[in-house]
Amino acid sequence: MLSVQDIDKSFGGIKAVNGCSINVEEGTIAGVIGPNGAGKTTLFNVISGFEKPDNGSIIFKGENIQNLTSFSISRKGLIRTFQITKALTRLTVEENMMLAPQFQHGEMIWNVWLRHIEVKRQEKENRDKAISLLEFFGLLPLKDEYAGALSGGQKKLLEMARVLMADPEMLLLDEPFSGVNPTLAKKLLIHIRELRDNNGMTFLIIEHDMPMIMQLSDFIYVLSKGKVIASGTPEEVRSDKRVLDAYLGGV
Amino acid sequence: MIEYIITVLLIAAIYAIFALGLNLEWGFTGLINFGHVAFMAIGAYTTALLCFSGVPLLPSVIAGMVLAGLCGGLLGIPTLKLREDYLAIVTIGFAEIIRFLLLNEEWLTRGPMGLHGYSRPFEELIPGDYNFFLLLFVLVVLVVCFLMLEKLIKSPWGRVLKSIREDEDVPASLGKNVFSYKIQSLVLGSTIAGLAGSLLAFYLQYINPRNFMPMETFYAWIVVVLGGSGNNKGTLLGAVILWSFFSGTRFAQGYVPISPTQMGALRIMFIGLLLIILMMFKPEGLLGKKEELTLMK
Ligand SMILES: Nc1ncnc2c1ncn2[C@@H]1O[C@H](COP(=O)(O)OP(=O)(O)OP(=O)(O)O)[C@@H](O)[C@H]1O
Ligand SMILES: [Mg+2]
Repeated sequence: MLSVQDIDKSFGGIKAVNGCSINVEEGTIAGVIGPNGAGKTTLFNVISGFEKPDNGSIIFKGENIQNLTSFSISRKGLIRTFQITKALTRLTVEENMMLAPQFQHGEMIWNVWLRHIEVKRQEKENRDKAISLLEFFGLLPLKDEYAGALSGGQKKLLEMARVLMADPEMLLLDEPFSGVNPTLAKKLLIHIRELRDNNGMTFLIIEHDMPMIMQLSDFIYVLSKGKVIASGTPEEVRSDKRVLDAYLGGV
Repeated sequence: MIEYIITVLLIAAIYAIFALGLNLEWGFTGLINFGHVAFMAIGAYTTALLCFSGVPLLPSVIAGMVLAGLCGGLLGIPTLKLREDYLAIVTIGFAEIIRFLLLNEEWLTRGPMGLHGYSRPFEELIPGDYNFFLLLFVLVVLVVCFLMLEKLIKSPWGRVLKSIREDEDVPASLGKNVFSYKIQSLVLGSTIAGLAGSLLAFYLQYINPRNFMPMETFYAWIVVVLGGSGNNKGTLLGAVILWSFFSGTRFAQGYVPISPTQMGALRIMFIGLLLIILMMFKPEGLLGKKEELTLMK
């Protein structure tokens, strides 16, 4: 599904990502772990087109995407969330959700006039979908609040719900569990599995919560100083000497 | 007296249309355009010049709007790819370039002499007070612009603009072509400014480059901020307040022992003071939503 090969990305003198290669099979959940500053978020930025790689190639569904803009990558079905949540503060929770679906008729200025009826119908469909997702994430009572008024954890959930509105084929999630309470985190974990099993969705997930990411992932990459230092099933990674030294050690 | 009120309302309505264009750009999309007046000038001169050469009214107005919109787009293409503040800088420069072109290309614009003697809409058909007719005409245009913009803002298209205003990474991550929407907003805003320019030319009957000083752009900013950014009703209210104030002071001129220059300076000082007081007590603008402001990053 996604194949990232030999990616380099530096900022001035800092080599944030340094020859990193990963591979994610369709319908699987891959985890990315590693110490702070390992280059995980930068890797996401490069894959999703928010940063251009200095070197290397990114192939999604058999197509080179490293030269595409962020919005066209998203249109291909590869969608990311942000580590530092980006709720659209002066839009309501519902408007945040309604923004996400791709290729809406009403997004084209002339359709607002020419295809008025279709735009309305699509808005209604999207609203129904938004409501059921908001319900799942426990945000329904806040539907008409400004997103800026939500708590940090609620913003994280809103971002997760919003990205699901867009019907992605593959999701890049940057620390989806941070700041989310344990009950809801458990629910989210089950939901992600369901999306994989029932919808064949593919995931690449950055997470510092070890029990969570170990339970969830089919395969794990360990990043340190911009390089993949180990990879394998959760069991293999957990017992890897290099991983213990670089990241899990001392625990 | 009635005639006086009509002219005040006329100018307020024309500037309301002008400011609605800016509100689309700044209030809903977050674009900083400090050269809005340039598009008004383009609309005014295009319409006046075409009317001169005998082109019928409607095509002259439309040509003014199209040319203004086109210039907005051409200006946006190189600048909107850069960081946000570049648009502000480039538009200031553009507005001054346009004004100097109008001053110096005398073969076309008659330079500082300006243009007059062009025909006005249905002039020969209106028996009574022409300004009253023009006011009705401008009000219809204003209402149409207002309703059209309200519908757009509430559509999925408007939602994308608002999301760009908040944080353009989000719409980009959700597959929206942010650059294209910014251009669309700038083109539409400039087209509306062009329309306001055509109407201004009809009202004034005589236009010259001094009508399009940089200050005019900032009047539109005052109107938008006064009424509440991102609120079209607020923009209408702001325009009425600002222009009532201007004409009130002009009216008072006859009764106070100060020169017109002093009065002009005093007026600007007073507006500055008014804005400071507004920012202290109601920073979201008269009709703006308090909650929206407290949520700003
Ligand atoms: N835009 C940028 N400009 C300069 N340096 C950057 C930029 N983005 C990231 N870096 C640097 O790149 C390195 C990797 O950062 P990155 O955000 O990818 O880490 P991370 O693995 O996501 O860490 P964390 O677990 O703390 O989120 C850091 O040293 C960081 O300072
Ligand atoms: Mg990170």
